[in-house]
Amino acid sequence: MKVSFELNGKATSVDVVPDMPLLWVLRDVLDMKGTKYGCGVSQCGACTVHVGGVATRSCQVKASDAQGAKITTIEGLSPNGVHAVQRAWEELDVPQCGYCQAGQIMSAVALLTKNPKPSDADIDAAMDRNICRCATYTRIRQAIHRAAALTAADSSPPGRAGSPAGLGA
Amino acid sequence: MDTKQRVNRRQFLGVSAVAGGGILISTYLEPLSAAESWAAKPAGDFTPNAYVRITPDGVVTIIAKNPEIGQGVKTMLPMLIAEELDVDWKNVRIEQGDLDTDKYQAQTAGGSTATPTNWLPMRRVGAAARAMLVMAAAQTWSVPESECETSLGTVTHRGSGRKLSYGELTTKAATLTAPALENVPLKDPKNFKIIGQRISGVDNHSIVTGKPLYGIDVTLPGMLYATFVKSPVFGAKVASANLEEILKEPGVRRAFTVEGGTDLMGLLGGVAIVADNWWAAVSARKKLSVKWADHPTSAQSSASFEQQSLALSKQTPQRSLRKDGDVDAALKAPGAKVVSAAYYYPFISHSPLEPQNATAHFKDGKLEIWVPSQLPANGRQLVSRTLGIPEKDITIHLTRMGGGFGRRLYNDYMVEAAWIAKEVGVPVKLLWMREDDVQHDFYRPAGWHYLTGAVDAQGKLVAWRNHFVSFGEGERFAPSAGLGATEFPARFIANLAIDASVMPLGVPTGALRAPGSNGIAFATQTFIDELALAAGKDPAQFRIDLLSNAPIVDPPPANAQGQGQQPILFDGARMRGVVELVVEKSGWGKTPLPKGTGMGIAFHFSHRGYFAEVVQATVSKAGILKVDKVWVAGDVGSQIINPSNAENQVQGAVLDGIAEALSQEITIEGGRTTQTNFNNFRLLRMRQAPPIEVHWKLSDIAPTGIGEPALPPLPPALCGAIFAATGKRIRSLPISKHDLKWT
Repeated sequence: MKVSFELNGKATSVDVVPDMPLLWVLRDVLDMKGTKYGCGVSQCGACTVHVGGVATRSCQVKASDAQGAKITTIEGLSPNGVHAVQRAWEELDVPQCGYCQAGQIMSAVALLTKNPKPSDADIDAAMDRNICRCATYTRIRQAIHRAAALTAADSSPPGRAGSPAGLGA
Repeated sequence: MDTKQRVNRRQFLGVSAVAGGGILISTYLEPLSAAESWAAKPAGDFTPNAYVRITPDGVVTIIAKNPEIGQGVKTMLPMLIAEELDVDWKNVRIEQGDLDTDKYQAQTAGGSTATPTNWLPMRRVGAAARAMLVMAAAQTWSVPESECETSLGTVTHRGSGRKLSYGELTTKAATLTAPALENVPLKDPKNFKIIGQRISGVDNHSIVTGKPLYGIDVTLPGMLYATFVKSPVFGAKVASANLEEILKEPGVRRAFTVEGGTDLMGLLGGVAIVADNWWAAVSARKKLSVKWADHPTSAQSSASFEQQSLALSKQTPQRSLRKDGDVDAALKAPGAKVVSAAYYYPFISHSPLEPQNATAHFKDGKLEIWVPSQLPANGRQLVSRTLGIPEKDITIHLTRMGGGFGRRLYNDYMVEAAWIAKEVGVPVKLLWMREDDVQHDFYRPAGWHYLTGAVDAQGKLVAWRNHFVSFGEGERFAPSAGLGATEFPARFIANLAIDASVMPLGVPTGALRAPGSNGIAFATQTFIDELALAAGKDPAQFRIDLLSNAPIVDPPPANAQGQGQQPILFDGARMRGVVELVVEKSGWGKTPLPKGTGMGIAFHFSHRGYFAEVVQATVSKAGILKVDKVWVAGDVGSQIINPSNAENQVQGAVLDGIAEALSQEITIEGGRTTQTNFNNFRLLRMRQAPPIEVHWKLSDIAPTGIGEPALPPLPPALCGAIFAATGKRIRSLPISKHDLKWT
């Protein structure tokens, strides 16, 4: 069937079987490899994308249910990878193998959109559905705090902008 | 260190001029993204050997030879070269080398070996290139080389202040003869500018922007997608399958039976379904019905292993691995307090997050493979042997891996992809389902340690016996199911016996991060806690006393496992150093803790690294366990090459240890794995990750590896903390099976 949706700001149409998960539409049909397959059963979060701004496991979204949706993937998060969360991830050298990090970043962005200054407990709750097999959790937590600070600095009036010292990698 | 024999100038360094006037101390290698246009690229324009390319525009390209699994080697090895080359890290580009063992020799990820085996060789590669650039500048200026110095990619003549950038020197340098690597002067470590800095991973930007880097991301023109269904009973062959029905499913191009062999590490029998896309292949798979042939191991189960272990523990051990002094006499000595306990740890899956995959294309008798493999050269051999294709006709491209942990030391998925691609004749990407990975791993083997020890009236450990019950046949342990004869506390107790008995196993086993050690440390270190208690001593002090004993000096044993060819003997003083450091940093014994909260301590030596860890944990009265904090002290030699990555690795290893100890277990029933996915094989989540402090103790030994040795002390340190908090001694893993309630 033909399915149309907005993907990273662009109108996109695909012709696929209705039950093909959005994950495989992205990866195999649209050749967008940033969204990862880890478990296929909504346990690991490696396939996290935003559907209508909500962090969603794309392995559980059927193509037919994506009709008309507004979808953002890691590739569409920002031009040139300069989103505060992406910058914080690089600055703190978060990744080990890196395989889960697209999903982690998408969940972190969704969290910060709703809650610009999350506590550790907020972070633990929001990130509970994303597994990092290398267990870079300590740095993910730090990087989310850092991204919150970067975002606050980006949006503060001139003269007050600045980043906290001592967090750089 | 045996680096000298590993350095072979001819094999390490070749220099040639390339078009455009660059010097090539390397070859041009295509990054993974070029896989998409592979068909258009002429093959075979190699210039053999080496690692560095500098172009006239001053861009320095360094080849990372080893497979990257997340251990940071793709950043670390080029750092060593760049340091001695004396260039600005900002101007360095890193490219992943393809498999070419003639050029790069060992290209492996395993055993925490990359640092100790490359520390000098990679630095010499950089230093040799630097020496040639200095020579080129000196000749240009007609001055002695001794008057020239380098910094950030520029040669300067001290007397005149003249400067030439490396880019300006490439044409001249390409005409010079490379110096002998053995004699190339290396920097004094106090002048290091890159080594010792917090350098971010070279693929980080690609990772955070979702670029295709991993095996699963490889795409070739005209590529089909495969799923491969094997028997849940390991090694059973296909008796029959409804292939005609499967061929009628939408998008399915081919469905066929693979006969397979009997070696569990090789190609096993199964059904391949090849389709236009992977979803079509796995959708068809849901309709697949296979009748599997009978298999002799289909009656094996975790319960039967447990029964056999118990029976073996009551019999005379099948063999002795080590015997010092007279254990029986020491156990019977007057005043001896004897402690006996049985320890058990289960099978565990590696479960790297990127499922197993490989992409292969067979054309005109030749195979080209893109694969995430920790031992790609072994994979090439396996493919060659199984498919009857000479190794020289197999090209292997290394991709970044979504985790390794030892799983990708085995190349079963590579040979499956190669076989399917040969059958199909067009490029094929084989991708396993997560369920395939959980059910077809080379598991960390279960193990049983029946331990007896004694302390004398002064509280000194005087006897130790370990009857280790494991898997294998005769004198041979199943893979990674052995116990080394130098495993601590061997050599530190006068009366010690290590015995072993084995039972047969039809379940594939293999190396999981810190193989052997990841289970052995739990048993031996927790038992040391039990002996400390019997001695009435503090667990940390008891350990320090034990490590202070003068070790028995014995000839290198033949059967020490997991430490390379030469057994590396445990240095009690270095271990004491990290135990004392972690005691100091954690405030061990000085911090008053409420009931229900406790600290545990453990140490372990593996992969040349010395690690001691303290865990603080809290157990609620209802029995809910929370790990509050972990302190780590490590000694991996004189230099932490990349502190950012080293801390990340140690924290990851610690959390891996927590995950294993808390809840991980693979159980076998009917010869097959009962777990299927992450809903029943649990990986750690963020809320379970405590803060982790990492402290280094530098010693005057060349740096050693960091990927593994921080893991083994964690499970016993955690179990020690639980005992301190609740009085409950954990003698079997996972902890989740124990009731931790207290009143």
